[in-house]
Amino acid sequence: MALPPYIGPLGHAWHYLFLTICAAVFLFLIAPILVIVPLSFNAEPYFTFSQDMLALKPDAYSLRWYQDIIDNRQWLQSAKNSIIIAVFATSLATILGTVAALGLSRSYMPFRRVTMAVLISPMIVPIIISAAGMFFFYSKLGLAQTLPGLILAHTALGTPFVVITVTATLVGFDQTLVRAAAGLGAPPSRTFFKITMPLILPGVISGGLFAFITSFDEVVVVFFLAGFEQRTIPRQMWAGIREQISPTILAVATLLVFFSIMLLTAIELLRRRNERMRGLSPG
Amino acid sequence: MAIADATVQGITVDGVPLKDKLRRATRTSRVRAFLLVTPLLLFITVSFVLPIADMLFRSVDNPRISSLLPETVAALEQWDGKKLPDEAAFAALAKELKLRREDRNLGKAATRLNYERGGMRSLITKSARKLKRVERGPYKEAMVEIDEKWGQRETWAAIKLIGKRYTLVHYLAGVDRRFDADGNVVTQPEVRRIYITIWGRTLWVSLLVTAFCLLLGYPIAYLLATLPLRQSNLLMIMVLLPFWTSLLVRTTTWIVLLQSNGVINDILVWVGILSDEGRIRMIYNMTGTLIAMTQILLPFMVLPLYSVMKTISPSSMRAAQSLGANPFTAFVRIYMPQTVPGVGAGSLLVFIVSVGYYITPALVGGSTGQLISNFIAYHMKSSLNWGLAAALGAILLAGVLAIYWLYDRVVGIDNMKLG
Repeated sequence: MALPPYIGPLGHAWHYLFLTICAAVFLFLIAPILVIVPLSFNAEPYFTFSQDMLALKPDAYSLRWYQDIIDNRQWLQSAKNSIIIAVFATSLATILGTVAALGLSRSYMPFRRVTMAVLISPMIVPIIISAAGMFFFYSKLGLAQTLPGLILAHTALGTPFVVITVTATLVGFDQTLVRAAAGLGAPPSRTFFKITMPLILPGVISGGLFAFITSFDEVVVVFFLAGFEQRTIPRQMWAGIREQISPTILAVATLLVFFSIMLLTAIELLRRRNERMRGLSPG
Repeated sequence: MAIADATVQGITVDGVPLKDKLRRATRTSRVRAFLLVTPLLLFITVSFVLPIADMLFRSVDNPRISSLLPETVAALEQWDGKKLPDEAAFAALAKELKLRREDRNLGKAATRLNYERGGMRSLITKSARKLKRVERGPYKEAMVEIDEKWGQRETWAAIKLIGKRYTLVHYLAGVDRRFDADGNVVTQPEVRRIYITIWGRTLWVSLLVTAFCLLLGYPIAYLLATLPLRQSNLLMIMVLLPFWTSLLVRTTTWIVLLQSNGVINDILVWVGILSDEGRIRMIYNMTGTLIAMTQILLPFMVLPLYSVMKTISPSSMRAAQSLGANPFTAFVRIYMPQTVPGVGAGSLLVFIVSVGYYITPALVGGSTGQLISNFIAYHMKSSLNWGLAAALGAILLAGVLAIYWLYDRVVGIDNMKLG
């Protein structure tokens, strides 16, 4: 942001004040996440930097809390649950959501507004209400305290993200390509897999990642629907924060931060690829 | 020649009018499009919409007393509520209390009545125990003897009220109101008044969080929108990383930072601003809720603001300044009005999310930072007053849908962007 030459000293002062404010806000956003990373290597069971840590003495750092995660059957079980639920919920949500988005994007789609409102309702309704409703209903069906029940619940919560991202991708999709393929004799299935799918794939994957993170990070529905055996990572963290907050939580949190950095990178790469393929930005 | 005629009259080769053919083709396309959406629509209906509908039904459904004390409820149906009910009602209740005590359902009935009127639990339990010795009537005197509350028409009015199969009492309770003995809506006694405070607090916290997010988000969105793409992409990561980081992680970090032996207090003591005894209490109260929620929801404000600011041409500001406006005036009169759609979208989004916020207040809110969602969870998990939980949920849902409707009018669902 180059400053125009005509502004006076007051303008300069204001400009630097503005930059300071922005820096402070960025610090507010990011610092909490970064602070826990070194703290998770604390050799002592405290949540603050010891004198030795600040002096960068190697003895003050240790991997004991990471060892704790590996040794603890509860954490491993919850990691397993989290992954099973998220993988199944994401697959279901991605397939259902993509197919629905294909229908929603057709110009002939009837009742589009109402349908769209119903389909994205899981994203709008406050999570506590969804969780309460699911608790009653799934208990009646015998799905409470089971993994399939949690998978269904998380699929419902994840589909709106897939529908929205894939619909957005399809806005820039050139329908004449489909007609051209059909004109050249390709059956609809072949047209879909050879023409449509490769073009909308970035949107589908980023929708799927949204669904994945929604399920992976979800705790309220799990709180209501899961028994002890179905606890997921966030549920286990919740219990840890509520009951006995130990630095193991910080180690788990650090691992999750790196996990989200990976996801963010994936999303960002996909977004750029998508823009490039649609010719929105030079490559 | 025949084909040319047909074309003129709008008839295709196989003799069907072109209009019909087109109509049929359109219909096929509509059905096909709808069929693609059907699987998800069915799935969402079964796995999501029905559960919500079921919960809403629970907020008016009230089967417990009418199934546990059916004869009493039937006997009270004729009662006008002016004086005490007649002997038939007393006899029916005495009989049914004994029966429920035998089949061990008395506790359920007592709990349900106690939700409506404090003291009912002990009254019911005590009376059922003592009624065992009362073999025959008249029950009226016997019961008034056991407890004088049976001689008050309010007690009976409560039973009659809760005996109704469908009821609005949960909704009234959700806004600190109740029916009195004459069926009028009155305010709850002072000791039972909590929800108006909680609704007020929820709205107030949501407004404050929205205001803080706007205050903090506006400058950085402006910076991101005006920097060259390469630098702004880099800074954007600092907005997106928190957005993608687990909520539980972010809440944990605030506990670590804000607790009295936490990083921030330590720094303040170390710098000498605070004494070791004077550490500030920043968590497990309203302050903790506000700080954590603001940081967690800030990306929801920055992203819509950024996407609007990105479209504003910098030349309009320059034009204003060349026409003699000072930079401040130009910013306020020219730039800010153009960002209103972004401000509206971001604020509504943050507000919608914070009104229904649960996790962060539950973990860092202590007793003074709890919002309405936490009370819904409390009635779901601990007090098991599911009717009240459902009614509170229904009121919250209605509020959120109303704001959402506004959001749709202002921004449009189709313009919703992610990430």
